[in-house]
Amino acid sequence: MALLASTRREADQQSFPLVVMLLAPLLALGLQSFVALHFPPFDVVDLPLLVTIYFAITWRNPLSATVAGALIGIAQDALTHHPLGVFGIGKSVVGYLAASLGVRIDTESHGTRLLVVFASTLLHGGIFWLLQHRMLAQPLVWSWLREIVRAVVNALVAVILFALLDKTKRQE
Amino acid sequence: MESFLSRYKNALVLVTVLLVQVFGLAVQVRRPAPDAPDGRGARLIRYWVMSLIAPPERLLHATGGGIRGIWSTYIDLIHVHDQNEKLKAEIDRLRLEEASLTEDARQGQRLQGLLGFREHYIYQTVPAQVIGASGTEDSHVLIIDKGAKDGIRLDMPVITPDGIVGKTREVFDHSSQVLEISDSTSGAGVILQTTRIRGVLRGSAWGQPQIVNVSPDDRIKAGEPVVTSGGDAIFPRGLAVGTVERSVPDPDGTLMDVLIRPAANLSRLEEVLVITNMGDQIPGQTQLDIAESEQQKASDILAERLPSREDANAPQGQQTDELAGASADGDVARPIRPPAALRPDVFTPGYTPPAAGMTPGARLGRVLSGEGQPQHAPARQSAPVTPVPAAAAAAAAVATPSNAHHSEPTESVHAEQPEAVHKQQGPVLVHDYSGATPPQYQHPAEPRSVSPAASAAKPHTPATPPSDLHPASKTTIIVDGPAERPAAQHKKPAPPTTPATPPQRGY
Repeated sequence: MALLASTRREADQQSFPLVVMLLAPLLALGLQSFVALHFPPFDVVDLPLLVTIYFAITWRNPLSATVAGALIGIAQDALTHHPLGVFGIGKSVVGYLAASLGVRIDTESHGTRLLVVFASTLLHGGIFWLLQHRMLAQPLVWSWLREIVRAVVNALVAVILFALLDKTKRQE
Repeated sequence: MESFLSRYKNALVLVTVLLVQVFGLAVQVRRPAPDAPDGRGARLIRYWVMSLIAPPERLLHATGGGIRGIWSTYIDLIHVHDQNEKLKAEIDRLRLEEASLTEDARQGQRLQGLLGFREHYIYQTVPAQVIGASGTEDSHVLIIDKGAKDGIRLDMPVITPDGIVGKTREVFDHSSQVLEISDSTSGAGVILQTTRIRGVLRGSAWGQPQIVNVSPDDRIKAGEPVVTSGGDAIFPRGLAVGTVERSVPDPDGTLMDVLIRPAANLSRLEEVLVITNMGDQIPGQTQLDIAESEQQKASDILAERLPSREDANAPQGQQTDELAGASADGDVARPIRPPAALRPDVFTPGYTPPAAGMTPGARLGRVLSGEGQPQHAPARQSAPVTPVPAAAAAAAAVATPSNAHHSEPTESVHAEQPEAVHKQQGPVLVHDYSGATPPQYQHPAEPRSVSPAASAAKPHTPATPPSDLHPASKTTIIVDGPAERPAAQHKKPAPPTTPATPPQRGY
């Protein structure tokens, strides 16, 4: 498992088609909504979060990742009955940190991605609990076991999903 | 300053984005009530996202439904013959049930109308496809493919044939969000069907509905059905909600929370019904039935049960069966009378024919054709005389003893009744409308007359000892039931020679 930072030049040489950048978050939101409807256990997976992390560690630009995380999170909020911004704040922070991390370490290897997604999912869950339970005083049950299982599942799904998204990269 | 901004640009952007969102959250949370609709800005964002997400989901749903349809149709073809046979048998059974249930239902509706009791009927529903969900564990929200253009409004109840699902929360032009009853922010008025304990159904953080703050009660058992009470002004009353799973003490320890297993499978919803209109307007045939029931006065009902209404000398045209008249007028609202029982006041073992020997629809046909009506019906087709008004007949029936002995037909009643009574199979309820004795059963072996001789032979009325009876003080009895009576019995009693003195009663 290599935790070495790849060169900045390599990162700059990779980009995504605009269609992919627009469609990937929308597809993640749509699939999350559709699959969870027909397969309820799927709501353990957070596809919009995975897409946010992927773009963050690939772009390595905290500014873009923060804005992208906020937009994706607010869109996810719109599908729930939460006030807009609960997921938005969580994904903004996760996007910023993941992008900051992507500058310093090599995020191309599966092992690194596994760890980054695992930690990001836990962080996202913590922020969500803080906002929903503490700030908005909504009933929410916190279970460490469930959060760890969720983080592991998301990390495993992320490895596959990131590999698929890597195929859409465009070398310049 | 410029170097500061460029150096901390990323962090500043993050802080700005977070502050904006926190400010937005604060604005949204300041709504007057948690269930109040969103503000314009938030609603606009939700509308945009739904407009982006709903069409692809609709497409996915349609595609998936098509594939599922092809697959299931192919699989079904293998077993279609067996299923067909089973369904035919099921139809035969259901037809039998329908014939009896139709009569029960119509009778119930007429009685409801008489009592002035108006049930809130579900008047109009819109079927909708569930095309999405919130996709998160803690938000139990569904997305359906019907919106404001289809007549959906805010806070409309959403149900399935199994039970309630939730209510509409956000309504857009072509889609809506449904807040499920399992969500922790939802609420509905419910009642336990057996114990009649009312409560408020709320979702929970782990997605199971529960009736909160219920007083501890040993009668609440697992498996008891729970239905809507109608008290929340959203769900019509009587809809299935679920069954009691178990009771747990609430966090305070003084009251209890009753966990409910939802009747509708909330995790496997594909089609739902949105109730778009509820009212006390009862459609079609039911309205006519109730209107007819309300017009029927109590005196008519009483007179209908009195034997004096059936005048043996009444003209055929005026005593025509109501059913026949209704048919001629084309009145579809005519009441359907069930076949007369052998003994209307007691249960007759073995009278009900076995189901295997019945023909679907035959019972209804008999009812419509007039079969099964009281056996003395042919007496109506006798020589024409002026029909006796029901009220007059009732008055004559409870006439004072001083009037009664002037009436020769009354004498004939007493003379001929025992013979008619012997034809009956079971005990007959005898009313004494003079108020002297309570209603009593008479058995076929007993003489029906209450003449002094008969009473002395077998006294059966402790309230009136035989010694108190006198030939001049005969009490007219009214026999309740379809007993056969000779034609003379139905003659109009002779008018009293002296004005009848109304009985003095001290109320």
